[in-house]
Amino acid sequence: MDLVTATVHRRRYANVAADIRTFSALMGAGFRRYSTYRQATVAGAFTNTVFGFLRCYVLLAVAAGAGTATVAGYDPARLATFVWFGQGLLAVVLLWGWTDLADRIRTGDVVADLLRPVDSVTRYLATDLGRAGHAALTRLIPPVLTGPLFFPFYLPHRWSTVPLFVVSTVLAVLLCFGCRYLVNATGYWLLDVRGPMVLWTLGSGVLAGLYFPLRFLPDWVVVPLWLLTPLPSLFQTPLDVLVEVDPTGRQLWLVALQAVWVVVILLLCRLVQRAAERRLVVQGG
Amino acid sequence: MAEPGALRAYWALLRGQARSQTSYRLSFGIDLVSNVGATALDVFTVFVLFGVTSELGGLDLREALVVTGLTACAFATGDMLVGNIERITLYVRTGRFDAVLVRPLGALPQLVLLDLPLHKLSRAGFGTAVYVVALAAADIAWTPARVLLAIVAPAAAVVFFGAVFVVTASVAFWWTESGEFGNAFTYGGRDFTSYPISVYSGWFRNAFAYGLGFAFVSYYPALALLGRPDPIGLPGWVGWVAPLVALPATALAALVWRLGVRHYTSTGS
Repeated sequence: MDLVTATVHRRRYANVAADIRTFSALMGAGFRRYSTYRQATVAGAFTNTVFGFLRCYVLLAVAAGAGTATVAGYDPARLATFVWFGQGLLAVVLLWGWTDLADRIRTGDVVADLLRPVDSVTRYLATDLGRAGHAALTRLIPPVLTGPLFFPFYLPHRWSTVPLFVVSTVLAVLLCFGCRYLVNATGYWLLDVRGPMVLWTLGSGVLAGLYFPLRFLPDWVVVPLWLLTPLPSLFQTPLDVLVEVDPTGRQLWLVALQAVWVVVILLLCRLVQRAAERRLVVQGG
Repeated sequence: MAEPGALRAYWALLRGQARSQTSYRLSFGIDLVSNVGATALDVFTVFVLFGVTSELGGLDLREALVVTGLTACAFATGDMLVGNIERITLYVRTGRFDAVLVRPLGALPQLVLLDLPLHKLSRAGFGTAVYVVALAAADIAWTPARVLLAIVAPAAAVVFFGAVFVVTASVAFWWTESGEFGNAFTYGGRDFTSYPISVYSGWFRNAFAYGLGFAFVSYYPALALLGRPDPIGLPGWVGWVAPLVALPATALAALVWRLGVRHYTSTGS
């Protein structure tokens, strides 16, 4: 018997123009959805800015206490830029707080997703890119403009860094979406995703580089972490690219590593989604 | 308010919560374990930072851990007891706060007891353990007065954090969509007080440390316990009276809460 679901059933002839139109329409919808939460956006940007001050002062005190010109490759201006762009980037990649899919699985609404003619992963991804675009305009800019008013700031010295940072940020958004999708998709099997969600929240904060630059850790921890887990590629990589802790060659390698992780994780999302659809029991009556 | 009938009702609320939360044993167990995580990471971060520096704001690792431990202990306990008042936004937005108001019990204790997160007991226990170990590891010249301060300071800090939770939650009465706004002061306050305030400077330090009173939560009591002078220049007795900051904080929280409840108008649907 043939299974016909949104992801299993495939069109015989690809219609690229229509696919692109659908994808951009979904992106636009994601952008509009988040642009309606205006007050929450203001509150979020304010909170990111306060945490920018807190983290920046602590890291600058670390630099002062170390008594050397740089700590783990960062001078004070690089540390400050790392913190302030990090606070802006936090809402763009959206490490935390996305439970849309898990909620829909629990309530059974997910069945409506499966009836739609667009693959589930693609659809959520398009919406998430729209969300990230909105966040880049409203959540990235306030802390990035506030930081330089009170702290030293590092401007990239090489022109190539700027496009590389943009590419790295886009890859981080794609990758973070994939990771969040996988965490949410555990709900297909567990229904209650609290456990995986807590693990993700704790792990991603500290191991992606939000609490401190990962290079503060010894090499035998950082190198395997970077190569074998997607976490540093979510957050640390775009920031390290921006503040030029590495020469151009190494920057390119880090971004290439991100790209590999994006492919791996998105493929995994696809596989997990297929497997889930084959065993899905819809909740509710 | 504290007549025996009301006390019995509160006790019944608490017992009901305990029963319902522990009925899913595995879930409760996972929550107990995972809740230690956040506080453990805060402490871990301090160790990582001291991996690249030998002093932070004039304190060495052992001394800084007294500050971090005091905050970890007090914040985790305050968060367990009062932290879920954050959910007030939900009650106000949906109008469910009406149901709380019509019952013949205080609104604040009801909300606190209605979803008291017992699984956060583990985090409070872990925070207290960090504080005790930090006290033992730091080179403290113990006197009876210091023993008393070591006990009173975290208790006062619990009250202070509780007051911060109540004030930031009350914002929801005026600004329903305040979202993450309160986090800047609750979790922000935790982060601020986890480090010696000598690492901060300028108007930001003045605002958080003295304007909002966070300096007196763990930094000044820790200095008094360690017997160290304040590099910022406040006299030595400040650390001994610092726990008193909990009193004005509580008074302010009570005032803001009452104004908020009075300001509350239902959703009208």
